[in-house]
Amino acid sequence: MTPDEIRVSAKKYRAERTKKKHHVCVCMAAGCLSAGSDVVKTALEENIEKEGLGDSCEVRGVGCLGLCSAGPLVSLDKERVLYQNVKPHHAGDIIKSLGKEPVKEIQCDLDQPFFISQKKVVLENSGRIDPERIEDYLAVGGYSALIEVLTNWTSSEVVDEVTQSGLRGRGGGGYPTGLKWSTVAKADGTEKYVVCNADEGDPGAFMDRCILESDPHRVIEGMTIASFAVGAKLGYVYVRAEYPLAIDRLRKAIQQAKKFDLLGANILGMPFSFDIEIRLGAGAFVCGEETALIASIEGKRGNPRPRPPYPAERGVRNQPTLINNVETYANIAPIIRHGAEWYSGMGTESSKGTKVFALAGQIKNTGLIEVPMGISLSEIIYEIGGGIPGGKKCKAVQTGGPSGGCIPEEHLNISVDYESLKSLGSIMGSGGMIVIDETANMVDVAQYFMEFCRSESCGKCVPCRVGTVQMHKLLEKISAGDATVDDLTLLIDLCDLVRNTSLCGLGQTAPNPVLSTLRFFRDEYAALLKPSSATAAADE
Amino acid sequence: MTPSSRVKTLTIDGRPVSARSGETILKVARENNIFIPTLCHMDGLSPVGACRLCLVEIKGSSKLVPACITSIFEGMEVSTKSEQLDKYRKMILALLFSERNHVCSVCVSNGHCELQTLAQTLGLEHVHVPYLYPVMDVDASHERFVSDHSRCVLCTRCVRVCEEIEGAHTWDIMGRGAEAKIISDLNQPWGFSESCTSCGKCVHVCPTGALFEAGKSTAEMTKRQFLPYLSLMRGEKND
Repeated sequence: MTPDEIRVSAKKYRAERTKKKHHVCVCMAAGCLSAGSDVVKTALEENIEKEGLGDSCEVRGVGCLGLCSAGPLVSLDKERVLYQNVKPHHAGDIIKSLGKEPVKEIQCDLDQPFFISQKKVVLENSGRIDPERIEDYLAVGGYSALIEVLTNWTSSEVVDEVTQSGLRGRGGGGYPTGLKWSTVAKADGTEKYVVCNADEGDPGAFMDRCILESDPHRVIEGMTIASFAVGAKLGYVYVRAEYPLAIDRLRKAIQQAKKFDLLGANILGMPFSFDIEIRLGAGAFVCGEETALIASIEGKRGNPRPRPPYPAERGVRNQPTLINNVETYANIAPIIRHGAEWYSGMGTESSKGTKVFALAGQIKNTGLIEVPMGISLSEIIYEIGGGIPGGKKCKAVQTGGPSGGCIPEEHLNISVDYESLKSLGSIMGSGGMIVIDETANMVDVAQYFMEFCRSESCGKCVPCRVGTVQMHKLLEKISAGDATVDDLTLLIDLCDLVRNTSLCGLGQTAPNPVLSTLRFFRDEYAALLKPSSATAAADE
Repeated sequence: MTPSSRVKTLTIDGRPVSARSGETILKVARENNIFIPTLCHMDGLSPVGACRLCLVEIKGSSKLVPACITSIFEGMEVSTKSEQLDKYRKMILALLFSERNHVCSVCVSNGHCELQTLAQTLGLEHVHVPYLYPVMDVDASHERFVSDHSRCVLCTRCVRVCEEIEGAHTWDIMGRGAEAKIISDLNQPWGFSESCTSCGKCVHVCPTGALFEAGKSTAEMTKRQFLPYLSLMRGEKND
C-alpha cells in the first residue's frame, strides 16, 4: 500500500467506525477479562441479536478503561456512559436502555476526579479502539505520524523533534530520549537494532502490559519511527512470557501492520525497511536491565555486564542498539503528530509530558491512570485514587518498585517528577504506585522488597548475590524482634556496600526500600530492636 | 602495539604512568607494580567484572569502576586505595566467606588459595556477617577430578576457560542469585559429562579448592599456571 492508499482506507474505516448509532465497548484487557468481561461481551451480543438491533448497535472489545477495581467495565462511547461491575445478567438492561436513560444501578460517575483529572496521551486510544483491529487504529489517526515522517522528514529532524519534546525514558531512569536516539544514530555499526523493553517486572506495575493489550499498534508505530531515526532495520520487543494476552495482541498487530505494508520490507513502497520480532522473557526480573535483556535476546543467560560500553554503542550482537521502554515508544507518535512544543507544554521544567501509573495497594480506585508530570502525589492518591478504603489513613506511597522507596504521608504534596521523587530517596520508576495504609509495618515492606531482590539477583556479582541474602536475613531478624542495634548497623553498612559496589542497577538500587523506610520510619525499626548485649550488661 | 593504538598518560595513586589506549586500569597498574586485588579476573580469559574486588576510584566520577574491565583514558586519575575501598573489599570478602563453607583447615587448597591469600593480604581479621552454612554437594564422579561446591565463589573462571580456551563448554551456571551453581553439561555428574575432555584447565584456574585433583588431601592441591604459556604458544604478546 502507498501512503495515499492508507489515508483513503483510514477515512473509510473512520466512516465505518461511526456508522452505527450505539457503540457498546467492553473492556477486554487482562484486568476486566479476569473478572469475566468476555462473558459479558457475549451476553451483550446475544441481547442485541434478540432485540434485533444489529443494524444500529455494535459491541466492540476495547482496551483498558482505567478503573480496573470496578471491572468488568462497559462504556457507551457516544453517550458518554460507563457501567461498572457489569455481570452478564445486566446485558439485557443495558441494551434495552440504549438511547434512553442509562441503567442507574451499575452506572459509574464519569465526572469524578478519577476521570476528569487525567490527561491522556499514551492512553488516548485505550478503551476506545479494538486493539485487535488495525482498522480501528487507522481510523483514529494511527500510523499518520509514521507516514508523515517517512514522506516528509529526515532522520535527524525526527531526532531533533524528540529531543525538543523533552521526553525522558519512561522505564525508570529518566534518561533523555532524544539524546539516546542521537547517540545511536551517530554510532558506527554495520547494523543497528531497536529494542522495546516490555519486561515489566516491578511488583504492582502493569502499565506496559495495559498499553500492549490496549493499543499495540502505537508501540509498533513508535518503534518504526525510532528505527527510521537511528537507521535500524530490525527491532525486538522483549516481553515477559507472563503476559500472554499482550503477546497475542502484539503478534496480531505485527501481522496486520505487515499486511498493510506498515512493517517489513519497503514500508509503504518506500526505500525503508523495518521488521519487528518478539522475544519472550522466561521470568527473570533482571532481564529488564538493558545489558541482561540484550544477552537474553541473543539467546544467552540473562546476566548483566558492566557498562560502558553502553548498548547505544555496543548492544545486540555488539551493534549499536536503541533500547526504550514501551511507554516511551508509545509517546512518539503523538509527539510527531502534535509537535514537540505541544508535548513540552505539559509537565514541569525538567520532566515533560505525562506519565502512566498503575495504582495499587490500599486505595479505592485501583487501576491505570495517566497524569501530567508535576501533579502532586496527594492529588493522585486522594482525588484520582479516591483515598484509602475503610476510613484508614495513608501511611506511605511506594514508587519505583524494588528499586524505589517509600514516600511518607507528610511528603505527599511533592510534585511527581524525576528530580523531586529522587530527592526523597525514591524514583519515578516505570510507574508502579503502591499505597500503604496505617496498618502496615514498614519493616515488613522493606523485607518484602528485599526478598524480591534476593530471589531475582542473577548471582553474577558478589555484593548483590550475597549482600541481598544477608540483608534479607537481617530484616527477618529485626521483624522477629531478635535483632540488636548492632544488627541494624550491619544492615546499614550492607546497604552502603551493595548500593556502591554492585554491577548493575538491580543491586545498586536493591537497598533503596530499606534506606527509604529507615529514613522516614526509623522508629518502627527501633521499636523492634532489643537491647544489645553491651547495653544489657551495662544495665545490670 | 597495533598501528592504531596511541600512548596515553594517566596517574594511578598519584604516580604518573603511561599506557596504550584500550588497555585496562588493572593491566597498567600491574605493569607498574601497583596492587589491585582481583578474584574473578584471570589474564587470558575474558573479563566479567563480577567479584567487585578490583573496584577503584576515578577522579570526577562518583561511581566506583572495576579495574579489570575499565579502559584508561588520557589524564585519568585513578586511586586504588582509600579507606572506603578497603572497607568495601573486606566486606565483599566477608560476604564470600559467609556464603558457603570455606573451612581452610580442612581444605585441599589450604595455603594455595586465592581467597585465603586475599583475606590475609587485605587484613580481613574476622567475618562479621553471619555464616549461612548452606548444604552443598561434592561431586567425585569424575575419575581424575573432584568438585566441592562448598568452596566455590562463582567466579566463573572454570566456565570461561572451558568455553574460551578448551572449547568444550562443559561448565555453566544454573539458577539465580544465591541458588546459582556451577554445573557440568545439563547438570549431570561431572564423571558422566559427555563434553568434558578431562583437560583439567578448570581445575587449575579455580582460585579456591572448589575444583581439585582426586586423591589430594588437605593443603596438597597446588595449581599450575598454564594460561601465560598458552598465550605465548599462540604468539600473543604476554605482559
